[in-house]
Amino acid sequence: MVGTANSFTTGRNRITNPTNHSQKRLQIYHGTNLHFCTTPFDCYFLFAPPATPLPLLPKAVYQRFKEMEVGQLQRSFVEYMASLFREGFLDAQFSQLQQLQDDSNPDFVVEVVSLFFEDSERLLNDLTTALDQPNVDFKQVDAHVHQLKGSSSSVGAQRVKNCCIPFRNCCEEHNTEACLRCLQQIKQEYLLVKSKLQTLFELEQQIVAAGGAIPMVQ
Amino acid sequence: METFASSSISRRMGASSDEPHVLAVDDNLVDRKLVEKLLKRSSCKVTTAEDGLRALEYLGLASHQDGSTNSNCSKVNMIITDYCMPGMTGYELLKKIKESSIMKDVPVVIVSSENIPTRINQCMEEGAQVFMLKPLKHSDVERLRCQIMQ
Repeated sequence: MVGTANSFTTGRNRITNPTNHSQKRLQIYHGTNLHFCTTPFDCYFLFAPPATPLPLLPKAVYQRFKEMEVGQLQRSFVEYMASLFREGFLDAQFSQLQQLQDDSNPDFVVEVVSLFFEDSERLLNDLTTALDQPNVDFKQVDAHVHQLKGSSSSVGAQRVKNCCIPFRNCCEEHNTEACLRCLQQIKQEYLLVKSKLQTLFELEQQIVAAGGAIPMVQ
Repeated sequence: METFASSSISRRMGASSDEPHVLAVDDNLVDRKLVEKLLKRSSCKVTTAEDGLRALEYLGLASHQDGSTNSNCSKVNMIITDYCMPGMTGYELLKKIKESSIMKDVPVVIVSSENIPTRINQCMEEGAQVFMLKPLKHSDVERLRCQIMQ
């Protein structure tokens, strides 16, 4: 499922806000860890105030720096993505989403995942309320869990989906305590995968802002 | 009678150009977005509905509608519906469509996250074109498209 760090196919290179492009580059270069940069101009980068116009740097150095940074970001992205699959946060369905993304809809994955976040948070709130009732309506609880199972399955959020199965069993048994434990676990898994996906999207944005293409991970 | 015959011909050949028009019904927001994208990727025109009643209204088949004054019926080449929906299930929607003299020949695909043989048989016996498991993949939708364009 994961290509080697060197096998990048041409991804999308979307610059959503061209006028801010050079400003973003400035921020990244001044905030970046430069440990990999071995040119004699290290000090210049580290101590150059934000107001220093970048064109003053030798073009070759600037280019080289830019390429190294994009490369490092791309490697981080690929490794991070691989870890999400390896640790079971995401499954093959997420790859399906990525394959559906194209130039006509370059933000498709982010859009679907955002819908998933909205939908899940609403459902988790509804579940909390439903289980807080004096007479729990387990049919209603089960219906919510079924929805959550559906959407997590559709985006490839494997761990969240897997939490739904024991949850539905607890509903069948009308066991409120067990349901509450399941709810707690699902909330944890959801927050985890949400944070991981947000990190992934931030990495993507950094790559694009640095002028690179997002690697297509097979 | 003439309008009925010509509309059914245009429906069989695809309402316009090579793009079949598919009505996708699902109460889940994420799944609706996904099925829409899958269908568009397979060069289909897509209309989505969030429940059975809205689907019937779109088709002009709802009980409060006069069946002869709709134009959407003749445009739709296929209906894909989720099985588990609140209110009207996909099975109930299937039955209503098959009861309609205008829509009964339109292929209806049922999708479900659960693999329950009795459920599958029930839908096939009622005239579903095919029963598929969620989540749908690109290859599933491509196959469907080939089937309906024959």
